[in-house]
Amino acid sequence: MAPSNSKQEAPSRLFIIAALVLLGTGMFWGVTGGLQYLIPGFLKSYLPFQKIRPLHVSSVVFWIIFSSTGAVFTYLQQHTGKKIYSRLLIKIQLIIFSLSVIAILISYCAGIFGGREYWEFHPILALPIVAGWILFLINFIKSAGSFRNQPVYVWMWFTGILFFLFTFLESYLWIFPYFRNNVVNDMTVQWKSYGAMVGSWNMLIYGSSIFLMDKISNSKNYSHSSMAFLLYFIGLFNLMFNWGHHIYTLPTHNYIKHISYAISMTELFILGRIIFNWRASVSAAKKNFHKTAYRFLVAADAWIFLTLLLAIIMSVPGINLYTHGTHITVAHTMGATIGINSFLLLAIAFDILNDTCLSFEPYKKLFNRGYWLANISLFVFWISLIGAGVVKAKWQLSTSQIPFSSMMLQLRPFFIVFFISGVVMMTGFLCIIYPLLKNNVLCYFKFKTTGKIQTHYYSPAA
Amino acid sequence: MFTEKRKNIIAALLIVAFLSYSFFLYLSLPVKNISVSKETSKGKLVWQQYNCNACHQVYGLGGYLGPDLTNTYSLRGPAYIKAFVQNGTATMPNFDLNEKEVSALLAYLRDIAASGKGDPRTFTINNNGTIQQ
Repeated sequence: MAPSNSKQEAPSRLFIIAALVLLGTGMFWGVTGGLQYLIPGFLKSYLPFQKIRPLHVSSVVFWIIFSSTGAVFTYLQQHTGKKIYSRLLIKIQLIIFSLSVIAILISYCAGIFGGREYWEFHPILALPIVAGWILFLINFIKSAGSFRNQPVYVWMWFTGILFFLFTFLESYLWIFPYFRNNVVNDMTVQWKSYGAMVGSWNMLIYGSSIFLMDKISNSKNYSHSSMAFLLYFIGLFNLMFNWGHHIYTLPTHNYIKHISYAISMTELFILGRIIFNWRASVSAAKKNFHKTAYRFLVAADAWIFLTLLLAIIMSVPGINLYTHGTHITVAHTMGATIGINSFLLLAIAFDILNDTCLSFEPYKKLFNRGYWLANISLFVFWISLIGAGVVKAKWQLSTSQIPFSSMMLQLRPFFIVFFISGVVMMTGFLCIIYPLLKNNVLCYFKFKTTGKIQTHYYSPAA
Repeated sequence: MFTEKRKNIIAALLIVAFLSYSFFLYLSLPVKNISVSKETSKGKLVWQQYNCNACHQVYGLGGYLGPDLTNTYSLRGPAYIKAFVQNGTATMPNFDLNEKEVSALLAYLRDIAASGKGDPRTFTINNNGTIQQ
């Protein structure tokens, strides 16, 4: 594993810096949307919920896409010890993605939507994303070289890149009348694509997490082991065939549901096992050196088990019947997106962006407070969603159903807790990302001006 | 356990299985012999154009701010839906849809209602954990 070289990695680091901005943006829209649950009609004339929701979802999905792209480029260079095949292609991809994200967010404000559940934008705006992703694929293949004797994370990155492209294209099959002219056909293909798409970006994140674990433990034993590949293939199998758990109540083919029931949601278990095995093998001194990254891995570890528990319960169709369409599904999504994906990506971001020309020392307390605020409030947030989901599930199955609006009033206490914990969580995340963002942006411009970068390897949590 | 050759074979088999599954599904979609009116097709695009899914669900999939609309057409009728669409609510804006758009949207909601039942109360749970309607 080659040591990091900030200059060499500068373009790929920009992906992560942009991602942190998108995380902040996504949280802002999330809190605004939460407020609309509490104050009916809030911003209705200017930014109604049908605009706020895609603003939130797309910002957060692009946080994941940008940061995992930056992670793959950075770690690939560290893995091979060579430069990326083309820095120009990285820059072009970054420009394409950045302009596309801006255009997508503006399009929502202008009332232009793709109108799909749940990640959506106008098909025209999907074209540059596809183009940028093809550049990513080319750059990755050319940089990785031969796949012979590669560790598991290289396989995971390649799989993630390839399947994201396939599933993203698949998610736009609705533009053909053949696919969209019947709601059942349309939703079957739609959830086939989205279910696998989540699996594909998970491959990028989990692959990068395994690289980080190898880096911290200073050993590649695990990533070359048979167990790692066994778990990878099980994960890939899940990515390909477990998407049907989203559509158990849709009158689609039964075989889709049976296949999904049998194999769904073991991917989180896979990562839980990976992290658990890795942690036991790392010495305390090495842990301390990367303590910030380690802390986020520990947080993700806890969330894997909570989300796994919920996922297993929800994967049983008979139980899914109760949870489907309720906020329990949202709790699962939030646990996976924030508790697992975002914490893993923050671990990666702190590993990659911690060598800046400015010290993190003044932000030590801020980071610690932010870390605990984010974790505790996420747990409260998660519990409030489960509580709201249980009430809605009871309502959905009640024989004497009260009106929807009355049921929503019953959920109000949960929404209050959900909103307050959301605001606290955003505050916590901002405390974490602010120093990282500030130091890196300032040092990036200093680097651009002087061409030199004086590094202060530092972990604010240490 | 996993030699390079075995890794390649497993990956190739999985990819072939996935592609076969995907194209098999594309060619044998659950609902065949679809005859859909122009109005229904237009209604789907109106549904997407105004991002109705952000707040409403169909078969339990969609937003959580408004009710699931899978069977609203068959249960409440077009006049009920029209009243909400044309006036909005405390939460939902009046989108100022013209008559053609309203009519198309109603046709689409009628089509959804005819596709099946989304109400979880209409399902029974089997001993093996699967569900059926």
